[in-house]
Amino acid sequence: MSIIHDSILWLNDPLNWTNPDGILARTGEHLWISAAAVGLGCAVAWPVGVWLGHVGRGGTAVVTMTNLSRAVPTVALLTILPLTVLGFGPPAIILALALFAIPPLLANAYLGVREVDPQVRDAGRGMGLSGWQLLRSVELPLAVPYLANGLRIAAVQVLATATLAAFVNGGGLGMIISRGFGLGLNAGGGQVLAGGLLVALLCLLADGALALVERAALPKALRRTSRRLPHSAADAVAP
Amino acid sequence: MPSKVSAIVSAWAAYDPDVDNPWFSWDYLRQNTGTLLAALREHLLLTLAAVAVAAVLAIPLAVLAHRIGSLTGPILGVTGVLYTIPSLALFAMLAPFTGLRPVTVLIGLVLYALLTIVRNTLTGLRQVPAEVVDSARGMGYGPAALLWRIELPLALPGVMTGLRIATVSTVALVTVGELVGFGGLGNLIIGGFNSNFYRAQIMAATLACIGLALALDLALVLLSRAVMPWHRRRTA
Repeated sequence: MSIIHDSILWLNDPLNWTNPDGILARTGEHLWISAAAVGLGCAVAWPVGVWLGHVGRGGTAVVTMTNLSRAVPTVALLTILPLTVLGFGPPAIILALALFAIPPLLANAYLGVREVDPQVRDAGRGMGLSGWQLLRSVELPLAVPYLANGLRIAAVQVLATATLAAFVNGGGLGMIISRGFGLGLNAGGGQVLAGGLLVALLCLLADGALALVERAALPKALRRTSRRLPHSAADAVAP
Repeated sequence: MPSKVSAIVSAWAAYDPDVDNPWFSWDYLRQNTGTLLAALREHLLLTLAAVAVAAVLAIPLAVLAHRIGSLTGPILGVTGVLYTIPSLALFAMLAPFTGLRPVTVLIGLVLYALLTIVRNTLTGLRQVPAEVVDSARGMGYGPAALLWRIELPLALPGVMTGLRIATVSTVALVTVGELVGFGGLGNLIIGGFNSNFYRAQIMAATLACIGLALALDLALVLLSRAVMPWHRRRTA
């Protein structure tokens, strides 16, 4: 009871929102670090995934990489990368998060192009499209739902894992939780609970917002057929 | 006579942080075998307990979702929301109530493993061919016998896939339990970072963690071959 009361009290203190390391500043930090990581992940994973899907090779490698990446603890990469030449600060955190964003982005990009109906591809070829034209005007538009799905999964995952940057003092909303733990559960329990609620809320809101983006990204022609996508291609490709 | 600049340059060249703080050290492994094994044991026990509890909860939930169509949405929705909440936030929301105990980590891990196992089991159940179910019904199988002797055995590949993904993800996730003091090898990773960035400890614990995940995955592959001999014959 008193912990819930403490957390409401903590959330009601305007200074906890507007301080230089308050909720607003931490949320901003959280969002820009995550956005940079997802952007970096997309810049690497989408061209590679789309190309692999276009030439129809590397499927096994993509699946193996997706499965292997699950075994690497985020905490480990977040602690190891700042100790390399990257040094402490946002670049190491962003790179660590981007590495975790790549598998779902890559798997979905590959699957999206791969899943294009072979008959549609043949029809494109029959119309005299070159490989590049086929990719640009047939395969890519049809892969958009998968790309959007991968983006949503990767973005939510990165927002969630960005919380862990607090373990290495890397900023973001997780810092509120780790500061609370630093005070001990008796004094900081309310802050810990409040931080947890804020992070959970942020991720659920982001998931909802991205679900709308995902729906908007679906080409009009595909909306009528109400094609069901696997919720996560990263889950569906496991052997 | 060497100039001041060249002295500074040669001193800088001679200074190699990796000599003082190597990524890998036999000495560290020799002197800390006991600590590493204890952390590995905690890691393994937390993982096995979490996946076992999650499987016991998730498989009946998946069967329910499969049998009663109106429950599919709510079950997948609730587990999906739980999955979206970051692990650190979940531990933060649990810890003030359940304390700094292993059970806090365990509850969090179980909630995470649930979605993976439910979704894959459901996929497995849905892939059972309708003709097979129809002919079983025609042969007089009741709902219970149909489930035990036809649907669940045929859904086993999906169940095993779910268990594999859940186990590997859980091994990686246990490290976050460091927050409440029970993170298995995660305690050594974060502990090494906090005590002067002790690279040998961070690296050893990380590799042990990845090794554990791969070993458990291999064990599950072997287990699924043992319980599904027909599956291997078909795919081979």
